[in-house]
Amino acid sequence: MDTILSVAGVSKTYASGQRALHPVDLDIRRGEIFALLGPNGAGKTTLISIICGIVTPSTGTITVMGHDALTDFKSARRVIGLVPQELSVDMFETVLATVKFSRRLFGRSAHDAHIEQVLRDLSLWDKRHAKIMELSGGMKRRVLIAKALSHEPDILFLDEPTAGVDVALRRDMWKLVHRLRANGTTIILTTHYIEEAEEMADRVGVIDKGKLILVEDKAALMKKLGKRQMRITLSDPIAAVPPELADWDVKLKEGQLVYSFNAEDEHIPELLAKLGALGVGYKDLETSKSSLEDIFVGLVERDAAA
Amino acid sequence: MNSASTKAPAINTHGIWAIYRFEMARALRTLWQSLVTPVITTSLYFVVFGGALGSQIKQVDGVPYGAFIVPGLIMLSLLTQSISNASIGIYFPKFTGTMFELLSAPVAPMELVVGFVGAAATKSIVLGLIILGTASLFVPLHIVHPFAMLTFLLLTSVTFSLFGFIIGVWAKGFEQLNFVPALLVTPLTFLGGSFYPISVLPEPWHTISLFNPVVYLISGFRWAFFGRGDVPVAISLGVTALFLVACLGVISWIFRTGWRLKN
Repeated sequence: MDTILSVAGVSKTYASGQRALHPVDLDIRRGEIFALLGPNGAGKTTLISIICGIVTPSTGTITVMGHDALTDFKSARRVIGLVPQELSVDMFETVLATVKFSRRLFGRSAHDAHIEQVLRDLSLWDKRHAKIMELSGGMKRRVLIAKALSHEPDILFLDEPTAGVDVALRRDMWKLVHRLRANGTTIILTTHYIEEAEEMADRVGVIDKGKLILVEDKAALMKKLGKRQMRITLSDPIAAVPPELADWDVKLKEGQLVYSFNAEDEHIPELLAKLGALGVGYKDLETSKSSLEDIFVGLVERDAAA
Repeated sequence: MNSASTKAPAINTHGIWAIYRFEMARALRTLWQSLVTPVITTSLYFVVFGGALGSQIKQVDGVPYGAFIVPGLIMLSLLTQSISNASIGIYFPKFTGTMFELLSAPVAPMELVVGFVGAAATKSIVLGLIILGTASLFVPLHIVHPFAMLTFLLLTSVTFSLFGFIIGVWAKGFEQLNFVPALLVTPLTFLGGSFYPISVLPEPWHTISLFNPVVYLISGFRWAFFGRGDVPVAISLGVTALFLVACLGVISWIFRTGWRLKN
């Protein structure tokens, strides 16, 4: 496996004593899309900020393409692009000027063809002479992405790229991420939407309360996270689950039949047909997904038990 | 496959240049307040002090009063403009949040300082020369030590731009940005012999004045113009250099600890 970024024992405790991040070990593979999934305040942004040099870690080391991110920060940072969560841009600058500024700041000589390509890819070329303050929020986010891509980074960090973004931009963003990956860019994104991790990532890391709970291939994780339930409210109470339903994971709880299944392996029509054949009447059906919080609680408990 | 990338060059010249140009572009956008306002203010000083008062005072220290106040007036603008240019330059990214980009860029702290302070000092030097030009319209000027004059101009601009950089890092709001220039630098300049030689002050004010660092700046600058000042020029140079070194020390401490820049 070809590791492009290695995080070893990185933790952060603020001067106030608040523990933002427990020691994290994480290896990112070259060319993958890695999603850091977790609720708000879990430590996703802290971890990214430490890797990018905005926050100083309390312990640990970071290696970016063979360079120590603390001692040889220039070599490490020039291959990294960061799109922050906040819309922090220079309001008085034009789109073109601010993107060119970013490229120079990261130590690269001018390359107008590349800048033009980036702006065209992000549908910003027509707006290149507009002042940033004249742009909508979605356009400002595109500007931030263009700035991060201006110096042709090998590793791109996207911090909550689709938070507060409309559907069209979200779809564009997903397309862009896939296109970048096709060009060999390694992408690390944070999100608190399971669907987003599912749509984009190759691997997913789950972080909660400053702890990286697990890192897994998306397919394996989605199977775990994809647990769903259907509650069947019966017309007449029954004493026990009929033995004919042994093919389904069905339990009797508070007068309801509760059917648990994986999203990829559901047999609801068959179950309902079976109930009809058995003459078991029902008056209501309700399906539910486990919420992200439920999943985290489950993972933490599993972690503690292990 | 080898995942190591090439090592970055020791000095990020593109990065320094980008910051410098960004700051200079900001000054051009606000050309009116950067240059025109100080020129008008200086002209007013000449009309009031040089024209109205000067006709009563005639000569100070063997120099016509109108010419006598030129070095002090240039210093007044240099100090306040250096501080405000450099402090706003570094405070603004903190205020708008664009600081994240400077911190995540492959730019060493001292490269950041060279970019920001270099631009602020450049603006001050240009401003000083413009005021000098404006002054020569009002009073005949003959500069005895032009090279020393330029050296003081450069040294003062750089030193006080460094000081402004520190204030910009320290400030948590716009009112704090104005606090030091308005409440410290302007009074010290007025009391530092801009409009009079401190030798005319009675005791104890004369001795007290010697604790005002601006006295040494103005005195040295005036020596460059007229060949004499309130204190020996070597002492002026020494005090200025001392302040420069002190500012550099504070700045290197700021970057070592990340004070008010990063967590």
